[in-house]
Amino acid sequence: MSSLSSSPVDISDIVALEGVTKRFPGIVANDGIDLSIRPGEVHVLLGENGAGKSTLIGMLSGLQQPDEGRILVDGKPTPITSPRHALALGIGTVFQHMMLVPTLTVAENLLLGGPWWQRPRTEELEARVAEITRSLGITVKLHARVSELSLGEQQQVEILRAMVRNSRLLILDESTSMLTPTGIEELGALMRRLVEQGLAIVFITHKLKEAAAFGDRISVLKLGRKVGEIPPERFRALGEQEIISEIVELMFGKQKDDPEAIERPARAVDAQAAPLLQVADLTVAPTDNAPGLSSISFDIRPGEILGIAGIDGNGQKQLAEALAGQRVATGGSVRLEGVSIETLSVGERRQRGLRYLTDDRLGEGTVGTFPVSINFFLKQVGAAPFWRGGVEQRAEIDKRAAELVREYDVRTPSLKTPVARLSGGNIQKVLLARELAEGAKVVIFNKPTYGLDLANTLASRQRIRDTAARGLAVLLISTDLEELLSMCDRIAVIANGALVGTVANANDARTRVGRLMIGLAA
Amino acid sequence: MSIDTAPAASATALDATSGAATRRDILHRLLMTIGPILAALVIAGCILLAVGVDPLAYYGYVLEKGLFSPLGIQQTLTRMAPLLFLAAGLIVAFRAGMWNLGGDGQFLLGAVTAAASAPVLVQILPAWLALFCSFLIAMLVAIIWSLVPALLRAYQGVNEIITTLMMTFLGTSLANVLVKLVFRDPGTTVPQTRTLPVEDRLPRLFETTITSGLLLGLAAIIIVHLVMTRTAFGLKLRIVGANPRAAVHAGLGVPGLTIAVFAISAGLAGLAGAVDIIGVQGNVRADWNPAYGLAVIPAVFLARMNGFAAIGFVFLLSVLSIGGESAARRLGVPNHFTLVLVSIVLIVLALAEYVDHRYHQSRKA
Repeated sequence: MSSLSSSPVDISDIVALEGVTKRFPGIVANDGIDLSIRPGEVHVLLGENGAGKSTLIGMLSGLQQPDEGRILVDGKPTPITSPRHALALGIGTVFQHMMLVPTLTVAENLLLGGPWWQRPRTEELEARVAEITRSLGITVKLHARVSELSLGEQQQVEILRAMVRNSRLLILDESTSMLTPTGIEELGALMRRLVEQGLAIVFITHKLKEAAAFGDRISVLKLGRKVGEIPPERFRALGEQEIISEIVELMFGKQKDDPEAIERPARAVDAQAAPLLQVADLTVAPTDNAPGLSSISFDIRPGEILGIAGIDGNGQKQLAEALAGQRVATGGSVRLEGVSIETLSVGERRQRGLRYLTDDRLGEGTVGTFPVSINFFLKQVGAAPFWRGGVEQRAEIDKRAAELVREYDVRTPSLKTPVARLSGGNIQKVLLARELAEGAKVVIFNKPTYGLDLANTLASRQRIRDTAARGLAVLLISTDLEELLSMCDRIAVIANGALVGTVANANDARTRVGRLMIGLAA
Repeated sequence: MSIDTAPAASATALDATSGAATRRDILHRLLMTIGPILAALVIAGCILLAVGVDPLAYYGYVLEKGLFSPLGIQQTLTRMAPLLFLAAGLIVAFRAGMWNLGGDGQFLLGAVTAAASAPVLVQILPAWLALFCSFLIAMLVAIIWSLVPALLRAYQGVNEIITTLMMTFLGTSLANVLVKLVFRDPGTTVPQTRTLPVEDRLPRLFETTITSGLLLGLAAIIIVHLVMTRTAFGLKLRIVGANPRAAVHAGLGVPGLTIAVFAISAGLAGLAGAVDIIGVQGNVRADWNPAYGLAVIPAVFLARMNGFAAIGFVFLLSVLSIGGESAARRLGVPNHFTLVLVSIVLIVLALAEYVDHRYHQSRKA
């Protein structure tokens, strides 16, 4: 470490990205991203889930290769071919989920990855760790088992591991997400000392306060594109509040060239009509890996689209599942057309007209190996006229499936094709056909355009608008604020499993929802 | 993802050409099954050569004793009866994604209860009703034995592979205890149950020694196949097997279906035990464990859980085991060489499957 700390801090980039693009089937994860990472700087990457942060880190740490553009290391174009190569180049990554072996001691974890034919060089390691920890002012218990350490301590071990391997660039992926407030502050101080020694740090987060408190430079990602950057000079000149409001503008502000932006057609919702869906004090207990819901209440009238906005993972899925009957609610009431349905099963709720279009299209929405035709009727197995006396009526199923394929424009080679072979957009059409077909009254859409291309996104949105225009009540859960603004009548914001506010979709809705989303009052 | 341009109308048009595609598919399937089996026979032949046995003589004996001699083929077909019931039970479980590996315990408990009840019941009831009741009792006992793994899997998510395997150890031991302590025939010195008189057993087919249990087995496996492929209940089980989360999403009662699957699977295993006793053996000797349950698993896998294909593979297994027993006696090869042969077939098939998959992947890319 001493060699690094003595080297002069120069301005040139350690690593630079030039027009880096990465595509996955159905989505452009990174679209022409430029980024410069310099020694002595904490470079904050801000963005919501799905903004492309993880893909970017994947490319920097050698897990993935860019489709276009190039990565420069020390000014020279260098393809980073593997995680091992990234380490050799001095790029160390601390991933969101801990990557230590819990049953081994800290020292053993640090020695993992050494040549297998050598005895582990324990003394050498101890000397080196002592040197590093002294300069950073932290203490690490080398002989403690990792499972005995707190999450904050484990993180320090991971950082230490990167330092032992002579990293010049340290990438911290959502490192604060599992830490206590004091842990977060300690991490902030540690990052400061590290950059003072001449390291470069890339710090990924979606929390604005941390970005403003710990960063030197901020880049904001949105839907795979870099929408703005605050360089260090400007960063220092602004106060914390100004920085936050500038970031809010970058993250939630309107893009001028956004092809998805369509003016919301004015639709009149009859304010006098009785609500189709009434939810009062709906409560769900939290589980080990999912937040609960606390006291959710809202009404939706016929023809109305209520949006649920929020950062992903704040209880959206739990809300949808509790309404559909897939998740046990611990309290509260759900009324459909005034009739209480909270004790009914999934099938009975569907029977009464409550439909849930899941966001997990292949995981739970369909059975991938089954033919398209059967997937249309997964939620009606045994029902006439497709089954009579429990026996499958092949002809009836195929006839209706062919109708749905035409009506919903599903592009499939045949009705017998396994549904997983279709593209994401066409699988979504199968789900739309299944949920919107006869008898629907209230439809819950969970991230209906997630991962779809533009044409399918626009088609899905039109379907949702049409659904509401037919007089159905629509609950639209989405992490895409643009989508909500272009479609909803009202937008409620969910955070930590509670609705923190509801905003009528008027002119100032964008900023008000944006502020609610990041924990400020509307 | 590019925007699809294929017109939706082609959906119906292409269905017409799919006939040729399915024929090619079936041909491919046949090739992928028979090719590896032949390769496995060659490999097993090499092993026989290595231990100094003429493989052609071995295979010749197997075929002669298991297939071509009148007595052999009758024995083979008789052996099929319990195996078909077991295969039917496994098809239900495997298609529903539940690995009931406790077939042997369920089989033996069914066999012992059938052996214990049938000789008593035939004295008080008309023969057909007595046998029917014995079948029923055997089935119920096997179902009850499967409740522990079923409930654990349905409500606690405990892995059924481990629980059914453990229950099978307990089941075989319990069956032994029952034979030795409870149902022991006081009239003999050998520890065994009372023997069902030959005239009270299931009738033989025509003028042969083939048991009519074969017909029951065929009926069982065909019914299971039709239920699994043609009915709403079968589809529900297949949904649970193919994607349990989709089953929850679609509102299926997964715990109830899980228990039903175990009950059907174990019930059929119990019936397999009963059909072997009431049809063929007549009694259960202590420490008797033919281990049919585990032997049938490869046959069901090779058949890809298709009932009709399973009949073919069960037949092949019967030929191998009947023929292998006598070939082993005559050539001095260990009796277990049949198992070696079956396992080589399995490994070669798995390898062929893997290579075929890789080939398809690379052709797509």
